[in-house]
Amino acid sequence: MRIDCPLCGPRDRREFTYQGDALALDRPDPEAGFGVWNDYLHNRDNPAGPTRELWYHDSGCTAWLVVTRDTVTHEVHRVELARDVKEAGK
Amino acid sequence: MRFSALKILKEGLTGNRGWAPHWRDPAPKPEYDAVIIGGGGHGLSTAYYLAKNHGMTNIAVLEKGYLGGGNVGRNTTIVRANYGLPGNSEFYSHSLELWEGLEQDLNYNVMHSQRGIINLFHSDGSRDAAARRANAMVNQGDDAILLDRDGVRKLLPYLNYDQERFPIRGGLYHPRGGTARHDAVAWGYARGADQRGVDLIQNCEVTGIDIEAGKVVGVQTSRGVIKARKVGMVVAGRSGQVAAMAGMRLPIESHVLQAFVTEGLKPCVDHVVTFGMGHFYISQSDKGGLVFGGDIDFYASYAQRGNLPTAEHVIEAGVTLMPMIGKAKLLRSWGGIMDMSPDGSPIIDRTDIDGLFVNTGWCYGGFKAVPASGWCMAHLMATGQPHEVATRYRLDRFETGRGLMDEEGTGAQHNLH
Repeated sequence: MRIDCPLCGPRDRREFTYQGDALALDRPDPEAGFGVWNDYLHNRDNPAGPTRELWYHDSGCTAWLVVTRDTVTHEVHRVELARDVKEAGK
Repeated sequence: MRFSALKILKEGLTGNRGWAPHWRDPAPKPEYDAVIIGGGGHGLSTAYYLAKNHGMTNIAVLEKGYLGGGNVGRNTTIVRANYGLPGNSEFYSHSLELWEGLEQDLNYNVMHSQRGIINLFHSDGSRDAAARRANAMVNQGDDAILLDRDGVRKLLPYLNYDQERFPIRGGLYHPRGGTARHDAVAWGYARGADQRGVDLIQNCEVTGIDIEAGKVVGVQTSRGVIKARKVGMVVAGRSGQVAAMAGMRLPIESHVLQAFVTEGLKPCVDHVVTFGMGHFYISQSDKGGLVFGGDIDFYASYAQRGNLPTAEHVIEAGVTLMPMIGKAKLLRSWGGIMDMSPDGSPIIDRTDIDGLFVNTGWCYGGFKAVPASGWCMAHLMATGQPHEVATRYRLDRFETGRGLMDEEGTGAQHNLH
């Protein structure tokens, strides 16, 4: 598995650390209630197929990335800077 | 048909013409008292104990592929009761007791071998942790012996005792731990359930769960509608997809765990040995292959195969610990899909939907749990109440924060276990 870092180019998977589902970017309001926070922290769609997740390029440029990847084939479809995704409000 | 030494002798002398299939291949009936989704180890043991302990024989196991074709056929076959926290401790202790009587109970040779497990430690801190765990195990009524370096060397003379990075200071020895023949466990439970009237229906994929007014009424399958007032989801690595059919999201993320086996060798590894610091554990199968594995790949996956970095890491750790295995040829590697829960402990519970039960979150430790998981799931489905050794396996513990069971002490969030 190779990940095409927007800053560094295609790099080996060893350089990156998986940081979970990209829903972490959509942090709920502190007062949103137990149910909403439980969904945010614990419950997952956990799809078999394309999914969006956060990866951290810790042995490279240290950027946080949003990687669109297939959990069945391990194919990496798209890599974006998490900052860009967050700022675009996606 | 009962298996016995006499039967084997008789069949051997008469051309082996008297063996019968171990279970029927029935067509699904339109309605059952209960259906279990998933014909793996946990689903089959649930069916067996529903029939045996609770007299529920008008039930079916629905399996999308073939019996035992998932994780129960892909694990590294280790059986142990060396957990440290209340909740896990009594559950796995109960499971080990069931293992010890399993072959007689099922009249089936599951090749349960209590060859002992040794968890190595390498520092004062890890020795203290091992001592604490050993005390917890002894208090639970199980066996644990703290070995010093010489004690380990006596049992495991082939380890590299000169390595500087993780010098071997001793080990936590659990003599009642060991291995079992994983496929035979699935087959034994399948045969036992079938003999009690349970319909085991293969090539039958559940495609929907029918819910009316908050109650489950049946399931849609690739072989038609099957009505049932009680439905158990026992699907391990597919938990998320099956729960989604009931409109649920589970606190589960699926990951891939790799395992490896070498060519068959003469007996050389007599125990199960774990090298936690290096992420490596090993045992030798009765066929002679060295069966070993390490940690999960640490990214969400349904691929049933992993990537090279983890394979490399595991093999490096193995060769560091026991240089002799560097000479063995690796025969094959594979992956299984682990239903990882946030705190690393499982879930056996009701859901918000009446009659719908969930059994999931076994992480990378589901095999040894097969007997007790089925025992407790059957108790829950039959009586509506959790079994006394599984009361803490609640689905709502993540939302409330009460009763989390984090054996590793790393936190109750995904990707930490």
